[in-house]
Amino acid sequence: MSDKMNFIEKEHVVIRFSGDSGDGMQLTGTLFSNISAILGNEISTFPDYPSEIRAPQGTLGGVSGFQVHLGSSRVYTPGDEADIFVVMNPAALKVNVKGIKKNGIIIFDIDSFDDKHLEKAGFTTDNPFEELKLSETIQLIPVKLSSLTKESLKEFDFDFKTMARSKNMFALGLICFLFNRSIDHATHFLETKFKKKPDILKANTKVLVDGFNYGQNIDASISIFQVNKSQCIKPGTYTSISGNKAAAWGLIAASQKTGLQLFLGSYPITPATDILQELSERKDLGVITVQCEDEIAGITTAIGASFAGNLAATNTSGPGLALKSEAIGLAVMAELPLVIINVMRSGPSTGMPTKTEQTDLLQALYGRNGESPVVVLAASTPDNCFHYAYMASKIALEYMTPVILLTDAFIGNGSSLWKLPKLSELPEISIPFVSAEMKGKIKVTSRNDGNMVRYWAIPGMEGFAHRNGGLEKDYDKGAISTDPANHQKMVTARQTKVNNVSELIPELVVEGSKDASLLVIGWGGTHGHIISAINSLKKEGEKVALAHFNYINPLPKNTVEIIKQYKKVVVCELNSGQFATFLRSKVEGVAFCQYNKVEGQPFTVLELKECFKKYLEE
Amino acid sequence: MLLYTAKDFKSDQYVRWCPGCGDHGAIGSLQKAMAEIGVDPNQIAVISGIGCSSRLPYYMNTYGFHTIHGRGAAIATGVKVANPDLMVWQITGDGDCLAIGGNHFIHSVRRNVDINVLLFNNEIYGLTKGQYSPTTKKGFATKTSPFGTVERPFRPAELTIGSRGTFFARALDVDIRTSVDVMIAAAKHKGTSVVEMLVNCIIFNDGAHGWLASKEHREDRMIVLKHGEPMIFGKEKNKGLVMDGFTLKVVTIGENGISKEDVLIHDCTCHDSTIHQKLALMEGPDFPIAMGVIRSVDEESYDEAVYNQVAQIQKVTKVKTFEDLLATLDTWEM
Ligand code: SF4
Repeated sequence: MSDKMNFIEKEHVVIRFSGDSGDGMQLTGTLFSNISAILGNEISTFPDYPSEIRAPQGTLGGVSGFQVHLGSSRVYTPGDEADIFVVMNPAALKVNVKGIKKNGIIIFDIDSFDDKHLEKAGFTTDNPFEELKLSETIQLIPVKLSSLTKESLKEFDFDFKTMARSKNMFALGLICFLFNRSIDHATHFLETKFKKKPDILKANTKVLVDGFNYGQNIDASISIFQVNKSQCIKPGTYTSISGNKAAAWGLIAASQKTGLQLFLGSYPITPATDILQELSERKDLGVITVQCEDEIAGITTAIGASFAGNLAATNTSGPGLALKSEAIGLAVMAELPLVIINVMRSGPSTGMPTKTEQTDLLQALYGRNGESPVVVLAASTPDNCFHYAYMASKIALEYMTPVILLTDAFIGNGSSLWKLPKLSELPEISIPFVSAEMKGKIKVTSRNDGNMVRYWAIPGMEGFAHRNGGLEKDYDKGAISTDPANHQKMVTARQTKVNNVSELIPELVVEGSKDASLLVIGWGGTHGHIISAINSLKKEGEKVALAHFNYINPLPKNTVEIIKQYKKVVVCELNSGQFATFLRSKVEGVAFCQYNKVEGQPFTVLELKECFKKYLEE
Repeated sequence: MLLYTAKDFKSDQYVRWCPGCGDHGAIGSLQKAMAEIGVDPNQIAVISGIGCSSRLPYYMNTYGFHTIHGRGAAIATGVKVANPDLMVWQITGDGDCLAIGGNHFIHSVRRNVDINVLLFNNEIYGLTKGQYSPTTKKGFATKTSPFGTVERPFRPAELTIGSRGTFFARALDVDIRTSVDVMIAAAKHKGTSVVEMLVNCIIFNDGAHGWLASKEHREDRMIVLKHGEPMIFGKEKNKGLVMDGFTLKVVTIGENGISKEDVLIHDCTCHDSTIHQKLALMEGPDFPIAMGVIRSVDEESYDEAVYNQVAQIQKVTKVKTFEDLLATLDTWEM
């Protein structure tokens, strides 16, 4: 390491890699975050894919980015703005200009900032930085990434394109240098990734090393960042996992725990498709996936599988959930276990499919005909998608009910650290199967008087043949019935059963400053931003409490009691006030304030802080 | 000695179809077929959508699921793939199967899921009281086509074969023997077996199949195809089918030098569907209507393919449990 360099210690750093879809920014970002995690940092990442699959090279539509937030203390979000921005072309600069910190650093490939690329990105002068009015406090570091990569690979017999594709490794090497981390881990990852392509592996490793060594030559005014090991991480074995993968694995864990075959009926839809893809890979564990002809078949094949005795699930996003509504009603009526994972995206209609929102809450709660109660859960981080997919399975099976698990594009695509679970430590799942003594004595509607859950007989079982269906059934005999009083009784029974789930779910725990006068309420994927804002205010001496909900229907038993303890309550959500509306119907006598945003973007910590400050001052 | 009788497959539910409805005959044939196959009622799942015929599962002493309009094929697919040991029947009507459920129907046929589809075709919506369906004959007046429909109807056989169907059979509600025979063949066939049951809706479309059903003319107006046998029909057993250029032709044996040997022999197992389609689409008055098993070709079923693939992967993989899966990750100790 050059001795002219000075070190600065940072608690948190946000780095954003951005370039053309073909520039390998996702790989660079993933490798750097994994290296950082191995070295003991907390991480949170977010990939930002272009909406077009193959937009013309160098254009605004083809920009692909990856942001990672490293910390030596708790990291809850991928960060609002980047401290360091690695940019491969002018288009990427233009698209990301709002996400760079005022005193940030921009490392850019000066070879790609030629007239042709500037014009493609719509710049009219040859100084894009000035044109974008980037603050004078930003430090610019030009690096000839393309030509240096070419130089590095001159002994290889590669065509121009292949060489150009390796420039991301040069950037990765350089960043490793700037963070004073060895490239050994990166080389290890590359070895696994390119096991079958020795040439590419050799080239990438060479460029990576050259990028690292190049660090010595850059401007001495730049500092080396030191982000220390986090002391907040519980000891254990960790990996980095995306929300979608975690959700898929939660289902697998529940399947193994119960011994039930896992069945997923699904139809590809952004941003939920990863779950189908992940489970389609798991033939090794006997997971059955059916890629259906449409969303309706996605859920109805799953309902068929549930009827036949599998742990059945379907996954989708907003418009797909709308298509599944009628079938969810069937699962409610037939009282069959079913997990529906809805990865929310911006709507209505096709909306902005790659963008995040929390606008499906009321659809999940009420979007069906008739009195049709379902259990609704919401995961709040990429890694806890595992836990809530597992819990959704547990509740569905134990209460013979459809469960909707809400996640969103932000936590579904984003990654966080995940402490590997032990199956033995996950809660037991006890399924209300019929018992041998019940033979000949029970009907399709027979239920446990305690929790109102009906018993489950699987086709094939001797002596339990029965007819289920979407028509109302007689409470005692199980035969179809249109008797008025019986219908009321059945409606109440199904509702009571869902209400009884509150016996199983944990009580709400207040985070932040419990003794504050202001209570912030959040749910689902906004937890990271809200708690970051609250912690940041705490450092400034301000007290704010947080009640964050993962269980939405039914609500935790102590919900009313907790909310009533606070003078002022503000519900923050990425919609126009859906959870606030729901809470108003459940908690009387509280004037809920709202903070809402419907831009297809997560909250920023900054805007939340401003909002909370405003309420504190009032 | 049969292990079961038709009664073993009857539930205690009061059958609510209109007196004289063709569905009564069809369910009788189904119960008979099940008894003849000798399958345990506990191993059978009968799945239906919505419509008069879709009430059928309630009347069966088997596992049954009366679901939602049009989705029977998808639900039956889920049942079969989840639990391939079950014998799965899907009961559907012309509206349920070919209008609202058309997409699921063609895709289950394309996948060749091992389910037996009984398509009760009465060319009308019965349960909603008399609107035209996708199989109603063009020009027919119904409550929603008071001046006659202007729509061209589907022909279920054409749709089945167009979806690469491996099995198609047809029977008339009142022809119990042929009905039982084709249902047994459907159950034995591996893959999606489509049986078009021509049933009469006595209330809203009485006599839709009357041209064919009349006892007096039935033998002249239909031909019950049997694999390996010559295509001969008629009261006098003297009419036959031959190829004339690219089309079928009805001939009389003994006339114009035609002998029995000139008549086509039915082969329901040939993969090329050309002749099957021609046979299935024959219409009166020039041709008899084809009954019996028209097409039954061997191909891997979907559920079989799904489990074969799983078995293949499981033979070579090191990942046997969730813990093994975790071990495949890039992990680090903290
Ligand atoms: S309306 Fe027609 S199809 Fe329905 S039960 Fe009566 S006769 Fe049968």
